Amino acid sequence: MADAFNFELVSPERLLVSEKVSEVVIPATLGEMTVLAQHAPTMTTIKPGIVSVKLASGQVTKYVVFGGFADILPESCTLLADAAIPAAELTVDTLQRRIETTQAEIGKATGDEHKTRLEQFLTDLTQLNGIVVAA
Amino acid sequence: MPSLKDLKNRIASVKATQKITKAMKMVAAAKLRRAQEAAEAARPYAERMNKVLAGLAAANAGNAGAPLLLSGTGKDQVHLLIVATGERGLAGGFNSSIIRLARDHALKLIAQGKTVKILTVGRKGNDVLRRSFKDNIVHYITFREVKQLGFVQADEVAGKVLDMFNAGEFDVATLFFARFQSVIAQIATAKQIIPATFEAAAPDAASPVFYEYEPSEEEILDELLPKNIAVQIFRALLENNASFYGAQMSAMDNATRNAGDMINKLTLSYNRQRQAQITKELIEIISGAEAL
Repeated sequence: MADAFNFELVSPERLLVSEKVSEVVIPATLGEMTVLAQHAPTMTTIKPGIVSVKLASGQVTKYVVFGGFADILPESCTLLADAAIPAAELTVDTLQRRIETTQAEIGKATGDEHKTRLEQFLTDLTQLNGIVVAA
Repeated sequence: MPSLKDLKNRIASVKATQKITKAMKMVAAAKLRRAQEAAEAARPYAERMNKVLAGLAAANAGNAGAPLLLSGTGKDQVHLLIVATGERGLAGGFNSSIIRLARDHALKLIAQGKTVKILTVGRKGNDVLRRSFKDNIVHYITFREVKQLGFVQADEVAGKVLDMFNAGEFDVATLFFARFQSVIAQIATAKQIIPATFEAAAPDAASPVFYEYEPSEEEILDELLPKNIAVQIFRALLENNASFYGAQMSAMDNATRNAGDMINKLTLSYNRQRQAQITKELIEIISGAEAL
């Protein structure tokens, strides 16, 4: 069995997880990555997607995050999410609402860079929506 | 001398007031606990954010191309004061202490010949500051209808601030709020958020870590800095919220106690007067009987 390391998932509003885990899959901006113990120190941004946490006991829990960034060290991994909820609590409604607000924001956005970023966010959300609906 | 009936009415009215203040104290106590929990729950995120950013900022400090949010515009002419107060009164010196701090700061800046712009968050601060700084207030945000303070609200404020910054409308932003120390002590605080300042993180000099950045360091910094503004504002709003209920609780506690004292005093003079009247009537009867 792989070594266990500390994993923390925090959103601005609360601390969601702080546990010993053996494996975490995070949706990094440049593609999904699996973090194991003794990972090289890495700082990466994340996009909306599903974080899959394998606890030291072998149990797997999933969380949906909406962007943020991750701070990875050999003996720990901290994920700072803009918003995060357990996947079981996610409903299609909440996603749909987020997609709508983002769309509205694009309409209001000034400046190309801001717009591009929002559009990227929207694409990610829509993709996520597809996954959830299928599941 | 008020009549017996007047006294009775006054006692009744003070009692009614006491009931209200007592109820308000209880409500404030319950809300305070929730607000405190929320403030505590938000702490880990803010702390990590601070740590990560302090590290990144130190690495980027000397860079000429460092983001403006970090290094500032290089000028010190236009100041934005973000004044966060409560939506309601009846909380002792809570609102007025924040407003006083902000006002002193604004007057000092104006005396130095700087331009001052004010963004008020919360109705109370807006009402008061509008009187003396009518032309300086550029925007007003209220959370009157908001029941549970969330990150969304902080994001709204941060969005406004960042829009203004990107449009070059100010150089330095300072945030005013009440830091929650305990139920009886809330400290009005001014904190500069643009250009960013960091609480001195405990030096991790023993184990300098060389990170890999994905994507590049600059891109991460670019993304984190605006987020940091929102996080700072969120923290301030939460602290403010807890401070508000703390202040309200102790103010209402005082009010209840004062009402109790007043009731005691009024009851004493009521009883005294009643006794005096009885004595008077007795004397009348006795002297009437003696006259016969």
